Amino acid sequence: MTFTEQLAQFIVSGITQGSIYALIALGFVTIYNVTGIINFSQGEFAVIGAFIAITVAQKVNLFRGQFDVELEWPVPVAALIGVGGAVLVGVLLYRLGIQPARHASTLSQIVATIGASIALRGLVLLAWGTDPYRIPPFTQGKPFKILGAVITRQSVWVMGLTVVVVVALFLFFQYTLIGKALRASAANPGAARLMGINTRRMGLIAFALSAGLGALGGIVITPVTFMTYDRGLMLALKGFVAMIMGGLTSPFGAVVGGLALGIVESLAAGLISSGYKDAFAFAVLFVVLLVRLGGVFKRGSGEALERAGL
Amino acid sequence: MKLKLNILLTGVMLAALILSACGTATTSAPLPTEPPAAPPPTEAPAAPPPTAVPAPAEGEPYVVGAFFSTTGPVSSLGEPEWGTVAMLTEHVNGDGGILGPDGLMHKIDLRKYDDQSDATKAVEIVKKLIEEDKAVAIIGGSGSPASIAVIETVTNAEVPFISVASSSVIVTAADGSQNHWVFKTPQQNYPVAQVQADWMKAHGITKLASLGVNNAFGKDSMAAMQRVAQEEGFEIVWEGTFEPRDTDFSAQLTAIQGTDAEVLIVHATPGEGAPLTVQFRDMGFEIPIVHNHGIGNQSFINTAADAAQGVLFPIGKLLVVDQLPDSDPQKATLKTYQDEFIAAFGKKPSTFGGHAWDAFMMVKEALEHVGPDSAAIRDYLETNIVNWVGISGVFNVTADDHTGIGKESLVLVEIDEGTWAYVDPSNYADTP
Repeated sequence: MTFTEQLAQFIVSGITQGSIYALIALGFVTIYNVTGIINFSQGEFAVIGAFIAITVAQKVNLFRGQFDVELEWPVPVAALIGVGGAVLVGVLLYRLGIQPARHASTLSQIVATIGASIALRGLVLLAWGTDPYRIPPFTQGKPFKILGAVITRQSVWVMGLTVVVVVALFLFFQYTLIGKALRASAANPGAARLMGINTRRMGLIAFALSAGLGALGGIVITPVTFMTYDRGLMLALKGFVAMIMGGLTSPFGAVVGGLALGIVESLAAGLISSGYKDAFAFAVLFVVLLVRLGGVFKRGSGEALERAGL
Repeated sequence: MKLKLNILLTGVMLAALILSACGTATTSAPLPTEPPAAPPPTEAPAAPPPTAVPAPAEGEPYVVGAFFSTTGPVSSLGEPEWGTVAMLTEHVNGDGGILGPDGLMHKIDLRKYDDQSDATKAVEIVKKLIEEDKAVAIIGGSGSPASIAVIETVTNAEVPFISVASSSVIVTAADGSQNHWVFKTPQQNYPVAQVQADWMKAHGITKLASLGVNNAFGKDSMAAMQRVAQEEGFEIVWEGTFEPRDTDFSAQLTAIQGTDAEVLIVHATPGEGAPLTVQFRDMGFEIPIVHNHGIGNQSFINTAADAAQGVLFPIGKLLVVDQLPDSDPQKATLKTYQDEFIAAFGKKPSTFGGHAWDAFMMVKEALEHVGPDSAAIRDYLETNIVNWVGISGVFNVTADDHTGIGKESLVLVEIDEGTWAYVDPSNYADTP
């Protein structure tokens, strides 16, 4: 394998991993735009979605062998159920955690999401334990080779689904009534309310949507990198970095930020040392924050950050 | 509204506190943590105290300290270890305890903690075991990092510590001498590499890639491979590491694809070893993959599933006890342990549980002979563990070797159709 082939391989791996960061960052941006909250339990949505899919797709025993689940449904069905389950968790989180605290400061609400993420992580630990889990790839078969780089079929799924989701989201925000209402709530909550938009319901929809996005990311990556109960924190942090890189409010920026972060990580791990993978991710965040407080895609006034209480 | 928020936040924090507390919960009563199986009763009290005099009076319990990683990434090692120790403690106490040198029966008061796979926590726990619980001997340290971290503490406190982790650094100091107060029951990584080398020689392999987890365990195993390679004339064409808990190895595997290695030797535990093996297969490698003893746990087969087919690794004999030739000196002991473990937990024990069995039984034997005297226990371990048949091997501990087992205690195992298959040394060339 030549150096260029290796480089191609690193970039492919980076894009695969980056797609997940992008999906999680999209969730961050959606919630942030509509409610002004940075939802730190975003990573937990990915974990819970993945674990629900795992449970439906194969034999699993829960709560240290108290319950045996033997559904073994096909993976696509399991993935849908996983996304649905995570959406439910997102809705519950908003209803029970965020909505009752709507008069509290944004910072308090952010702290509530941190608390929720710890609680959710504990729940997953209790139910599924510490073992890594995996689901079979969505389609079986030999990997593809492009420019000497190996692309597994699951990587194709990851990238393909990310593209589909980004396009679908764009269409949703641009052309549907709910999407427009969401954007209106983001642009000016007061005016949106005056126009008869139920901003509270928009918050609920934003949480549901983000949970679904996170869960999808968690599920498609599980066949490649497995899932453990404590992946959520790192996923959330990386998604957060991607969001900041993309300028905090831009969905497009979040996707580019996520992909860039994945590639930087992969190159750092491959060309320097795998030990520096995370260090590079956070160094990137540091640099972006230093150089341009508003992120790369939005020359920030810093207002957005202030709104987030940062 | 503010009030409501406060209530909510308090609730969430409370939940978080409770959940995180679950991890550190300490149990002094030796209850098996694993399945809800009833406490393991032994059939007929094994060996009642010798001579038929009325049962000796009961003395003060002997306090033995134990810490295992029953949560966190090393928990697949820590859980069977703790289960074994809990089971053995129950057996001993069920039989009335240990007959000490003072002629009294002493129950074992086992103080057990979970280090959550965290070396820093392990040190705190060991300090607590020594200072508060007054343990006369300590067993545990599921991961090599945790075991290494506590060496200084036990040495300063002069309390013997039997580690159940495998790194040679646990017992061997930088100057090559043995750490005075520390012993360990798992085989060194060096004989593991020797077995791997025997297999490579049988296949005429000379070039290898070595990929290990970047912690004490992986580094020690990689160092052992380097030593063996130098002695036996293998060429390590690529060497690299990954971080503990990593699940994406595409960067390393890509680099290995660029070399002419004829085999990939991996130094990992199931947490990373299983995803690594899956990605190795996904990337379409054509060279064989050989792991070390770190993956010898059912969870590896469960998680790696199809990708585990054909994986080779050297490990202690427990895993394949039923396939061993009857001439093997350990077979009877291994069988007994396996049967007892199955009776208690309804599943087969793992090699890691076996390491804990050895550690516990050594401490028990020492207590029987010298009583609760830390220095005397240490001396006993160093001089009296001779031809001692255990689970991990036949031990011959000396002042120059605080492990006491070598290459003979290991067998090569192949994963075939989701089960462990014993590979006789004469068949190395045909496997896989």
